[in-house]
Amino acid sequence: MTEAMTSGTIVRRRLIFLAPLVAFGVLAGYFIWGLNPDRHPHDLPSAMIDRPVPEFSLPTIEGMAGLGLSADDLRTGEVTLVNFFASWCVPCRLEHRYLLELAKDDKVRLYGVNYKNEPAEARAWLTGLGNPYGRIGADSTGRVGIDWGVYGVPETYIIDRTGRIRYRQLGPIDQKALDETIRPMIRKLSQ
Amino acid sequence: MIPEIGHFAMILALLVALVQGSVPIIGASRGNAAWMDVARPAALLQLVLIIIAFLALMWAHVVSDFTVLNVVQNSHTTKPLLYKITGLWGNHEGSMVLWVLILAAYGAAVAVFGGNLPPPLRARVLSVQAWIAIGFLAFSLLTSNPFERIFPAPINGNDLNPLLQDPGLAFHPPMLYSGYVGFSMAFSFAIAALIEGRVDPAWARWVRPWTLVAWCFLTAGITLGSWWAYYELGWGGWWFWDPVENASFMPWLMGTALLHSAIVVEKRDALKAWTILLAILTFSLSLIGTFIVRSGMLTSVHAFATDPERGLFILLLLCVAIGGSLILFAVRGPSLQPGGLFAPVSREGALVLNNLLLVAACGTVFLGTLYPLFLEAVSGDKISVGPPFYNKTFVPIMVPLIAAMAVGPFLAWKRADLAGVLGRLKLAFAAAVAAALGAVALEGGPVLAVLTMGLAAWLLVGTLAEWAERIRLFRVSPGESVRRARSLPRSAHGMTLAHAGLAIAMAGMVAAAAWKAESVKVMRPGESVDLAGYTYRLERVEPVQGPNYSSNMAFVTITRGDRLVAQVTPEKRLYPVQQMPTTEAGIHTTGLADLYVVIGDPDAAGGWTVRIFYEPMVPWIWAGVLLMVIGGGVSLSDRRLRLGAPARRAKAPAGATPARA
Repeated sequence: MTEAMTSGTIVRRRLIFLAPLVAFGVLAGYFIWGLNPDRHPHDLPSAMIDRPVPEFSLPTIEGMAGLGLSADDLRTGEVTLVNFFASWCVPCRLEHRYLLELAKDDKVRLYGVNYKNEPAEARAWLTGLGNPYGRIGADSTGRVGIDWGVYGVPETYIIDRTGRIRYRQLGPIDQKALDETIRPMIRKLSQ
Repeated sequence: MIPEIGHFAMILALLVALVQGSVPIIGASRGNAAWMDVARPAALLQLVLIIIAFLALMWAHVVSDFTVLNVVQNSHTTKPLLYKITGLWGNHEGSMVLWVLILAAYGAAVAVFGGNLPPPLRARVLSVQAWIAIGFLAFSLLTSNPFERIFPAPINGNDLNPLLQDPGLAFHPPMLYSGYVGFSMAFSFAIAALIEGRVDPAWARWVRPWTLVAWCFLTAGITLGSWWAYYELGWGGWWFWDPVENASFMPWLMGTALLHSAIVVEKRDALKAWTILLAILTFSLSLIGTFIVRSGMLTSVHAFATDPERGLFILLLLCVAIGGSLILFAVRGPSLQPGGLFAPVSREGALVLNNLLLVAACGTVFLGTLYPLFLEAVSGDKISVGPPFYNKTFVPIMVPLIAAMAVGPFLAWKRADLAGVLGRLKLAFAAAVAAALGAVALEGGPVLAVLTMGLAAWLLVGTLAEWAERIRLFRVSPGESVRRARSLPRSAHGMTLAHAGLAIAMAGMVAAAAWKAESVKVMRPGESVDLAGYTYRLERVEPVQGPNYSSNMAFVTITRGDRLVAQVTPEKRLYPVQQMPTTEAGIHTTGLADLYVVIGDPDAAGGWTVRIFYEPMVPWIWAGVLLMVIGGGVSLSDRRLRLGAPARRAKAPAGATPARA
């Protein structure tokens, strides 16, 4: 710029050049918070553990035969697994075979919450991969997920006979989680 | 003994980096030529030392030295030799050695080819490179030493994650890191320019080829990873918007913007501060990508062994590197002289639009990737962001970008005639309409897919039309056109190839997303299933024994009418050491589509779950990307950008910026 700059434009120019630094400062603050050793993205906030399941009532997936899911269904005196899933969720594919195994071999009561999913896609998913769920609630807006404190799909909750949340599995169930945590937990709660 | 040699070599490399990071830059500020000259031998010595460390670690992997913890955790005696070698970088510690090796290689390249750089600039660039090396060597040595011993040595190792035992993924990390780390060159040049307080076209001529090298590697690396996910995971998709994928995609978007803004600096001496900022941000995103992947802060399907201590160290590195360079930018940036003026409708204007859209696209990916973290920090709510978010935000930004991409290369520098240019794009417009109508006739919808297919045709034909116009194809004799094509700068051919490649890849992406067909069925040998005009017959399933796995291999015959199309052999493998099954998809490509077969588990009645995907135009994605990388390579061979061009060329009059027709 050939014309002499007024002090106002110089200050403004300096502020513009400062903006990226400020933005990074904010970002770094979040990163530091994110690294907090007390924060475990894989754990349930302790507030939810041992609390009764939040009240909700969901219809089943549009266009599907079968029953919907509500909080009352989780208070019938039986240990229940509630699995949040979606067809767009990649890790859900990984865990699906274990869910089928749980439902078929272990005779565990397994209910599903279909999280923010197009009904057609969810139906295709269940017909294609097999449906392990006794009941499915369609949480198309994610509202119920917020009440449960769902961080992302897949997530699986173990509900005891009195309808309290006793365990939360964040991320896909694998062989290790199945053998070391989920099966022992179910066994313990069923006694 | 050999692992210790590697360890010592790495410590020595750190010490050399300390010298390289201090003496030359002090020499540059004092005008002391002898001190500046320290940079070149130091950069070469650093490379030699890190090669020694790298080879030592490779030796431990190849001979299965189970006294080395890293080998125990990632290898097994029965693992094939290829994966013993590539297993080196299939884990956190080893991949950091690869990271610093590539960094040192780039530094050495400046030392070798940088003969025509002004000595103070060269000294400063190499010192900044050394600072990065100091950070990562210290990180490696202090928190993730790959040479750590274990005693007593176990009898055998834990094997490498079977998903990583694959030729596609074996070469994905070196490519990807060559891209990530390659952007450190643009970063070092940007920091050096800020310290000197001077950015001129010569500077941009140096930055552009390095950025282009990094961009080519990153493009190839991301695609290799995507290709691997496509055929190895057996999910029938090729991109999942996973945080780790996004971590590599963000520097790509930003680096693409940098590539284009550097052209404006080189040709028109404008957008200097912006280009410097892009160079800093591109490398910063590479670093943030490294941080996200290894800190365990976000949940992802790709798991690196994560560790909060490492996360903290990388965060510290991030703060020093990014924060430091942005402070420098805030202090020195305002004093950079703004350059040439231009009208909004001009080549410069188009490149600015390209930059804004690419940066905005990068911003949406960044937000989608980190939003769960932000929200959790602010409100405690935990949410997830999936493909629906990106379809609504990323795609709408890409649409105007692609639309403008066909127009941009036609525009003249400084001031252009938009109406005239649009007039010359009639053919492209006709092609777009034809492609959209063709899509409607063949598939019928959805609307967005039809429109974007038209857009891909618009870009392809528009790009080719611009090239044809330059060589005056069909307007002069063919011989004259060939002569013109020969005299055209190679970077012009490179641009045409890269833009056309994007158009082809985009058509593939759209078609694969919109018109994919899928069928899942329990099949017994002898049964067949029809999908999208093809008949798939499961002939038999045979057990096969691999070197370190056992497998069920299915033989599936694909026919169309009476004609035999292909036989594919999808496999379900089990790796006993890690007790992990993997899927090998059986894929036959027709060029227009992939016929994709995956075999699942058997049931009690002798049936097998068979998943069949009809993946339309997926081969176009790979072909298009390959064309983009080739375009980058052709551009690199341009004499004006050629690495190590003889000094006399670089000393051409500073104002001599050859017009691009």
